[in-house]
Amino acid sequence: MTAAKIRQTVAFAILGLIAFLVVVPIVLIIAYIFKNGISAVSWEFISQNPRNGMKEGGIFPAIIGTMLLITGTMICSLPVGILSAVYLVEYAKDNLFTRLIKLSVVNLSGIPSIVYGLFGFTLFVMFFKFGTSILAGSLTLAIMSLPVIVTATKEALESVPATFREVSLSLGASKWQTTRYCVLPYAMPGILTGTVLSLSRAAGETAPILFTAAAFFLPRLPHSISDQVMALPYHLYVISTQVPNMPVEISFATAFVLIALVFLMNIVSIVLRAHYRKKKIW
Amino acid sequence: MVGNAAIKTVNLNCFYDELSVLRNLNIEIRKNEILGIIGPANSGKTTFLRAINRLNDLNLSYRQQGDILLEGADVRKINANTLRKKVGIIFAMPHVLPMTIYKNIAYGPKVHGITNKKAVDEIVETSLQKAYLWDEVKDRLDTPATKLSGGQQQRLCIARTLAVEPEIILYDEPCSGLDPISTAKVEDAMQQLKKDYTQILVTNNTKQAARATERCAFFLMGELVELDDTDTLFTSPKNKQTDDYITGRFG
Repeated sequence: MTAAKIRQTVAFAILGLIAFLVVVPIVLIIAYIFKNGISAVSWEFISQNPRNGMKEGGIFPAIIGTMLLITGTMICSLPVGILSAVYLVEYAKDNLFTRLIKLSVVNLSGIPSIVYGLFGFTLFVMFFKFGTSILAGSLTLAIMSLPVIVTATKEALESVPATFREVSLSLGASKWQTTRYCVLPYAMPGILTGTVLSLSRAAGETAPILFTAAAFFLPRLPHSISDQVMALPYHLYVISTQVPNMPVEISFATAFVLIALVFLMNIVSIVLRAHYRKKKIW
Repeated sequence: MVGNAAIKTVNLNCFYDELSVLRNLNIEIRKNEILGIIGPANSGKTTFLRAINRLNDLNLSYRQQGDILLEGADVRKINANTLRKKVGIIFAMPHVLPMTIYKNIAYGPKVHGITNKKAVDEIVETSLQKAYLWDEVKDRLDTPATKLSGGQQQRLCIARTLAVEPEIILYDEPCSGLDPISTAKVEDAMQQLKKDYTQILVTNNTKQAARATERCAFFLMGELVELDDTDTLFTSPKNKQTDDYITGRFG
């Protein structure tokens, strides 16, 4: 082997090793949680209410609560996030107003999640009098998810070749027809990825729902969107720090379920993306 | 004014910001002719084409003075979508959309509200026939258009433009990426379309202009230098610069 080839081999080995380091934390976290929690995960655990000061029974209300919050977040943030990105990329001219929107998006993503929690509490819970509820929690999480959705959608739209728009417009299609038929379908994989990422992020957040939606202990399902709910991340926080003599495997099992839920969402996004990517033939 | 002018420009000036790319252009394009426009790069040929169907408007730095009249009507007063339906354009690169062959052609009719499956089928077939492509693709209309060869893609683009029933077709160096045989097929298609359409062919290939056009204009540095019957322009140009360009002394 020549010296150059040896150097290359060594360089590749080092790069490969460093890249592998990225994998280590996730494998360790999952393995650790799995090892400590799997003994407590059972059908009863995910299908029953907590009993005996949450030390026994299951976490069913928290799972449902998190799902409801995520659904609410999705309903509130998807249309606003995607449509404002469409506006920014396809319609807006470069002026003060547009720059203000873009600046807001960037700054929104830099706000700590606890600040969203306080903001949601003041605005939705107190001012609009939604109370501590699914509605208030979903809205708070939605605002928190917006920047990621807007940014991801923007990037996905911008990556669609300009020639598609030009061709469509040159055939006499309107701006909206062009966006609808020649841009959005091809931006879909990117939009989905960003959206699901932001939603799975929201699913695991504790701070924004701390004052806006989460109940400490509520062994029944909510009846309407103005009810409080239990939620997995908050439940995890509660049983790990607030309940004395909590069996440790229950905490890990709860963490395991939360991670599984987020993974499930990501798998859905991968499947959808693969479906849309088949259309991407350029 | 000649009665059969399809397009007429009056003191047309075009700018990108402060950069002047077309100056005092007065030109008339007759109905059902093939007008060639030749000239070196940066002489304003493409800008002129894109001014006619207002695709330049997509560029925010574009400004325009003077008028372009489409059968006497100022194009800036016509709704852009209506105008672009009337004035189709074929780009330099064959920009097929990433859909099937059929859907590429059906796209135009669809956005103009034609939904009847039978009507669309018919439009697809006649458009492809007019663009000399039908025989090559009739058995695989449902395959992705991107699988076609470059020459076939460009004829697909012509068919796609024809499908919205324009009156005028602009070609912006349509054969610059094509081999000679594909080029010949595109030129054949243009000759067939003559009886129904007014066509403007911008080309870097002077031989193509000599072959395919009836009248030809020579643009240089944003100005119209000479416009004459193609035969006259290529055999006895009045202007020295035209002569230099077509004989290959510069450009």
